[in-house]
Amino acid sequence: MIYRSHVLVCNGTGCVSSKSPDLMAKMEELLVANGIENEVKIIKTGCFGLCEKGPILVIYPEGATYCNVSVDDIEEIVNEHLVKGRIVKRLLLGDKEAEDVSKSRDNVGFFAKQKRIALRNCGVINPENIEEYIAHDGYLALAKAVTEMTPAEVIAEITKSGLRGRGGAGFPVGRKWQFAAQEVSDQKYVCCNADEGDPGAFMDRSILEGDPHSVIEAMAIAGYAIGANQGYIYVRAEYPIAVERLNIAIKQAHEYGLLGKNIFNTDFSFNLELRLGAGAFVCGEETALMTSIEGNRGEPRTRPPFPAVKGLWGKPTLLNNVETYANIPVILLKGADWFSSIGTEKSKGTKVFAIGGKIHNTGLVEIPMGTTLREVVYDIGGGIPNGKKFKAAQTGGPSGGCIPADHLDIPIDYDNLLEIGSMMGSGGMIIMDEDTCMVDIAKFFLEFTVDESCGKCPPCRIGTKRMLEILDRITQGKGEEGDIEKLEALAESINKGALCGLGQTAPNPVLSTLKFFRDEYEAHVKDKKCPAGVCTALLNYVIIADKCKGCSLCARKCPVNAISGEVKKPYVIDQDKCIKCGVCMESCKFAAIEKK
Amino acid sequence: MKSVEELKAIREKALKEISIRDNENKIRIVVGMATCGIAAGAKSVMNAFAEELAKRNINNATVSMTGCIGICRLEPIAEVIGVDGEKTTYVKLDAEKARRIVAEHIVNQKPVVEYTIGEAEK
Repeated sequence: MIYRSHVLVCNGTGCVSSKSPDLMAKMEELLVANGIENEVKIIKTGCFGLCEKGPILVIYPEGATYCNVSVDDIEEIVNEHLVKGRIVKRLLLGDKEAEDVSKSRDNVGFFAKQKRIALRNCGVINPENIEEYIAHDGYLALAKAVTEMTPAEVIAEITKSGLRGRGGAGFPVGRKWQFAAQEVSDQKYVCCNADEGDPGAFMDRSILEGDPHSVIEAMAIAGYAIGANQGYIYVRAEYPIAVERLNIAIKQAHEYGLLGKNIFNTDFSFNLELRLGAGAFVCGEETALMTSIEGNRGEPRTRPPFPAVKGLWGKPTLLNNVETYANIPVILLKGADWFSSIGTEKSKGTKVFAIGGKIHNTGLVEIPMGTTLREVVYDIGGGIPNGKKFKAAQTGGPSGGCIPADHLDIPIDYDNLLEIGSMMGSGGMIIMDEDTCMVDIAKFFLEFTVDESCGKCPPCRIGTKRMLEILDRITQGKGEEGDIEKLEALAESINKGALCGLGQTAPNPVLSTLKFFRDEYEAHVKDKKCPAGVCTALLNYVIIADKCKGCSLCARKCPVNAISGEVKKPYVIDQDKCIKCGVCMESCKFAAIEKK
Repeated sequence: MKSVEELKAIREKALKEISIRDNENKIRIVVGMATCGIAAGAKSVMNAFAEELAKRNINNATVSMTGCIGICRLEPIAEVIGVDGEKTTYVKLDAEKARRIVAEHIVNQKPVVEYTIGEAEK
């Protein structure tokens, strides 16, 4: 069947929640009504990245990218674009008057500075159709590996590329493969860590949803390289779309003989299965992940022995993250030299970040290593909304730290981020503006770790809990002299004593905010003030007498009748009654109420 | 999958199906599909273009539509826009003429002069 037009509709989780399936249903209905259902093909695809402007759809052959499309817009798109061939300019992304519509988004900063390697097929192909992946050179790398290369040559190529683990710690991938390959055993395993758990991070989910075959192909290559015939993808059950597409992709790969016995008529056989995690954060830690695959309670164990020696069911196991795998096929096809020409001296290639928080363009971006934080925040991210000032970026999730404004020009790579007390992490990046309280942020991440601590080792189970209690006190205005020092002492012992990476790095958000924003902690403890105006216990809402017109609106809005006064004279808030809900400040038309 | 050749064959076939999504360096055939064009039979012209391109495995040309080109009395009209931007306007088309344009203009790079607007207006 030949179609004259292809409509690609984003079906990543972001666009699905902003109703892209409804758009597709409406469009199908209208195509039939117009009798063009055999001329226009609707294709669901993966994430385009600019979730802020979703749902996004792209219509070919014109290459028109439409953004923020609602169900009500579909009729116009069908009638104008698909029936009459007229571009619906008002919905175009970027330059609405572009002479060539396919170039309308070229000058959108969000796209201009990106380089898509891991996300190369996201938003380009239909993830539920293996042939579209094959059309984009899919499985050619596997073919090349098993028919032309020895396992040692595959590992040498990966080593030479300089690829480092994208899960966060940045361990050289080639070396990890080498360790697993050199073990002698009757059985080895290849595992994929798709237990993405950092708050705000969704890179791995987007790859699995938009290009599941790239991970499957890479795992088969890894199996060939280390001598394993069985793989497991450990993915969280909270990613239903990713799980569904992975299942479809694995089934198709089996049907096409790209998984299973004697792949490409060689001796190499490889099977792949999914294992669903119930959503415990600690299961993203490699030893806990494998314990969970084995069917036991997801708890970490001591290392060594490392998984490459004794992993799943006691056998040598290779474990990489989703984004790491997504890079592998391209490296084998384009070569290690091509890959290592991108990035910085010690960090090669690109990194995918999920940008969120106080930023214009929330979404998914892939940038070459060495791009500065300033470029990410201002050029790609579009800057901070409402004219506010950038205060810090948080990377690395609950194991990472904050990068303050002084370091905006730091080129992002593994080593630079570690040096300033943060880390690359798996790719979550939360942007904070001047209204963010750094003590509150540290508390947020610590609450997360306390919640997610598996409880096996005391430093993490008890230590993080005590740290949270201190932070809680500080934000309640009950901080005492010496609290900051106690936090530092606890952080050090947790870092040294905890069993796994989750525990060891749990104090990082506190340490890094202390390093750059110690004055904010001191203001909370000594002056009982929250400089950013976030910690409600330390705030007072006050009416400025000069500005108050005495309209009585705030008094009428106040849910606890804490505001009193006489009409046309300044009103007053009774601090004992005030519950600090902020309703008065929102309702005042004269900006006469301040929080101090 | 038994051989790399088998994989490459699937790749070629799939590439053809998605070639419409790559619009770099391609000849564009644009058919006027306003009310006047459709009434004059532009729809069968467009389908003929699409079918002929598919039948001949042509990957360097796409068919799309546009609105009213302005000379309704000469509909159905199609413009063939080369990679260099050079435009040839064909008028009073039907399915048969469309197939000939693909064969001669797109494949052999010789415009079908007798169908062009210049000839029709003589």
